[in-house]
Amino acid sequence: MGRFSRRDLLRTAGAAGAAAAVTHVGESRAQYAPPAYGEQPQHAALPRQPGHPEAATASPIHNENVLFFFNQDEAKFVRAAVDRLIPADEKWGGAEAAGVLYYIDHQLAGAYGAGARMYLKGPWQPDAPYEQGYQLKYSPADLYHVAIAEIRHYVRKQHGNKEFWDLSSDDMDKALKAIESGEAQLSSIPSEVFFETLLANTIEGYFCDPAYGGNRDMVSWRMIGFPGAYAQYVGLVDQFGVNYTREPLSIASSYVRMSEHKQHG
Amino acid sequence: MPFRMKPVDVVLVGAGLTASVLGKELAEAGHTVVALERGRMRQTVPDFQSPAMHDELKHSIRHALMEDVSVQTLSFRNFPSQRALPMRQLGSFLPGQGVGGAMVHWNGQTWRFQPSWFRLRSWANDKYGKNFLSDEVTIQDWGLTYEELEPYYSFFEHVCGTSGNPYKGGSGGPSNPFEGTRSQPYPNPPMKQSYSGYLFEQAANKLGYHPFPVPSSNVTRHYTNQFGAEFKPCMYCGFCEDYGCEHFAKASPQVAILPFALANKNFELRTESYVTRVNFDAKAKVATGVTYVDARGREVFQPASLVALCAFAHHNPILMLQSGIGTPYDPKTRKGTVGRNYTYQTISGIDVFFDDDKHINPFMGAGALGTAINDFNNGSFDHSGLGFVGGAYIAAYQTNGRPIQYHPVPHGTPRWGLKWKQAVAKYYGSAVHLIVHGSSTPHPNNYLGLDRNYSDAFGNPLGMLTFDFSYNDRLMSNFVTQKAQEIGQAMGGSHVDATWLDEHYSIVPYQTTHNTGGAIMGENPTTSVVNKYLQSWDLHNLWVVGACAYPQNDGYNPTGTLGALAFWAADTLVNKYMRNPGPLVHT
Repeated sequence: MGRFSRRDLLRTAGAAGAAAAVTHVGESRAQYAPPAYGEQPQHAALPRQPGHPEAATASPIHNENVLFFFNQDEAKFVRAAVDRLIPADEKWGGAEAAGVLYYIDHQLAGAYGAGARMYLKGPWQPDAPYEQGYQLKYSPADLYHVAIAEIRHYVRKQHGNKEFWDLSSDDMDKALKAIESGEAQLSSIPSEVFFETLLANTIEGYFCDPAYGGNRDMVSWRMIGFPGAYAQYVGLVDQFGVNYTREPLSIASSYVRMSEHKQHG
Repeated sequence: MPFRMKPVDVVLVGAGLTASVLGKELAEAGHTVVALERGRMRQTVPDFQSPAMHDELKHSIRHALMEDVSVQTLSFRNFPSQRALPMRQLGSFLPGQGVGGAMVHWNGQTWRFQPSWFRLRSWANDKYGKNFLSDEVTIQDWGLTYEELEPYYSFFEHVCGTSGNPYKGGSGGPSNPFEGTRSQPYPNPPMKQSYSGYLFEQAANKLGYHPFPVPSSNVTRHYTNQFGAEFKPCMYCGFCEDYGCEHFAKASPQVAILPFALANKNFELRTESYVTRVNFDAKAKVATGVTYVDARGREVFQPASLVALCAFAHHNPILMLQSGIGTPYDPKTRKGTVGRNYTYQTISGIDVFFDDDKHINPFMGAGALGTAINDFNNGSFDHSGLGFVGGAYIAAYQTNGRPIQYHPVPHGTPRWGLKWKQAVAKYYGSAVHLIVHGSSTPHPNNYLGLDRNYSDAFGNPLGMLTFDFSYNDRLMSNFVTQKAQEIGQAMGGSHVDATWLDEHYSIVPYQTTHNTGGAIMGENPTTSVVNKYLQSWDLHNLWVVGACAYPQNDGYNPTGTLGALAFWAADTLVNKYMRNPGPLVHT
């Protein structure tokens, strides 16, 4: 398109406007030097591993502990709840240490939270049988906002005005069980639908590639022995019972992987 | 008025497996062909490459390669008197979106149906008598025999580089004793065996069954197919189902077939094109072309002398219903054909847990890496006194150990909390899953229709699925699941848990993307939509080439049969129909 009218600028899909982006392209290009082959890209979102050489080279600008979505109270609720769903034990950290709060926050701030690739048109039937699947009007982001507010209200009523995150571990578990079973009657949503969403997102955040902000230090992969993003086991698959001990690999460590490929031909 | 394109000989709806076959064969025969694909172009390089491809969240959880239901979905209910509600996110099945369709993210398990399955009604009547089944089991003959289809099975196995026993130049090894006669062995040797497959094989042998390696289109050595497409050997990376293959090892349209269509000047592929209607002339009884919404968002009419519906299984009958072609099936009167005999697959399973650290290493996997027994599929055993037809194979597949979805724990373990976490840590490497992969027989209540309460992004009513597991299939599933449980017990685990068939079919948990029926083939226009060549009974220049043509779904993965049917239809089109267009079967 040769012509660039102001009217066209106003019709971008969900972006802040092309004009601003155009003026910045030159600047950011000038500052960005692509990494040489085999070198870590400076902007890589790497898990911090004590003693791992990547820890030292990671950019200080990148801060994975930013909340884009939750307000402070919502974050307190999610931080406490996910750590009851997947608690720490003496050997392996739980969901809080794995960064699951930040994983969920970042997912809800983006396309998943907005309900991208979901069919959200009405009419809705919130009391639909399980077999017919999710039938609420809420995008995942809206579901979290509404559910957390109503769960906090429910917990305060049950526990003398105490917030969920101030309860003992046992009381938190009891509250979560009431949310899971639907016994906790919330005014706007079936509590069990939110519980299943929270549990699924917690499992995602605990077991996902650490590039997404969860599974920090690849804690879950080390715990179960999943090696991550390696591209082949052709030489090992039929050697029964091999104890595979290689350090797990994130998709963010692609340059490591590529240089390994080079060595092995 | 829609924008009008220049007429072509053939328009194909979709650019997955069946469209690639028809597109290649018809273009090479000199016909002008346009394929309309709703999604984007996707190629092994650069789209399926590492490290981005090895991302479980993106592909298995957020479904990057699959249908976008915010644009087009269907509504669902278990029985006709229930209110249908839209499938608001993907779950039970995962149709593909984009070039290559669902054959990009399939596993590569490449089975043949048994000879008895193609004439199931006659077979059941002959063998067990007419009163063996209730009239609610609406099985029927395909109008096509295994013997007619066999050369095309063989051809398709060679297109895909399928591996298994027996293979060319091979000296035996265990093979499937319950399959139909084959004219040619598999072109490639079987996959390596995983530890889980070995444990299953030992137990199955102990019980007197006949285990063998699953036929696989994860190619096991450097291979060039009959068109000249080159494959490289499978690397057992454990990212197969839900993923595109980065290694050129899994047969997909873009690796095996489509390049030869794209290289032909008679073939044109238009992506980002959603077909919304098949246009037809009711008086002349011919299709005139299709209407679609193009990449710019314009409504476009593409005139064509032949229209072939090559979309994912259920989209074909739904598009016919949206276009007003044929008589919609009505469950009250049990009359009408379009949408009739929707079937699926009946899946259950056994989990075997070992208390000692087995190092099963589930992440060393491939989509079709498995050991199976076929002793309980339909044609393999005697159904006398059992009251059902159909059956299932039982297999130990080692497809992957991707941990968001794969973290098995014994029954009775809490769903979350410390005990759950410790069980996940203990059993991740010490569990084997056995799948019971069962057939699906039709029932008068199970069908595809339209739902006028909900519309898609183009204003068309949504397709509506009514489905529940039938009594016949419940009996079958429970029978074979019990056999699988006995094998599981013989494997020597500390816990052997059976997951029986659910009380009702649910749209929520993933089961399988083996949706079949709805525009079935047959011998008679009152009980089928297309004849044995996949030609519409109503409009002779409308062909429906998909798994929607199966009158009932066998206890095997459907892609082997679909590929064979696509080459069968393409052969008929090129050598018969296009030379002298008209109905090929007269009633």
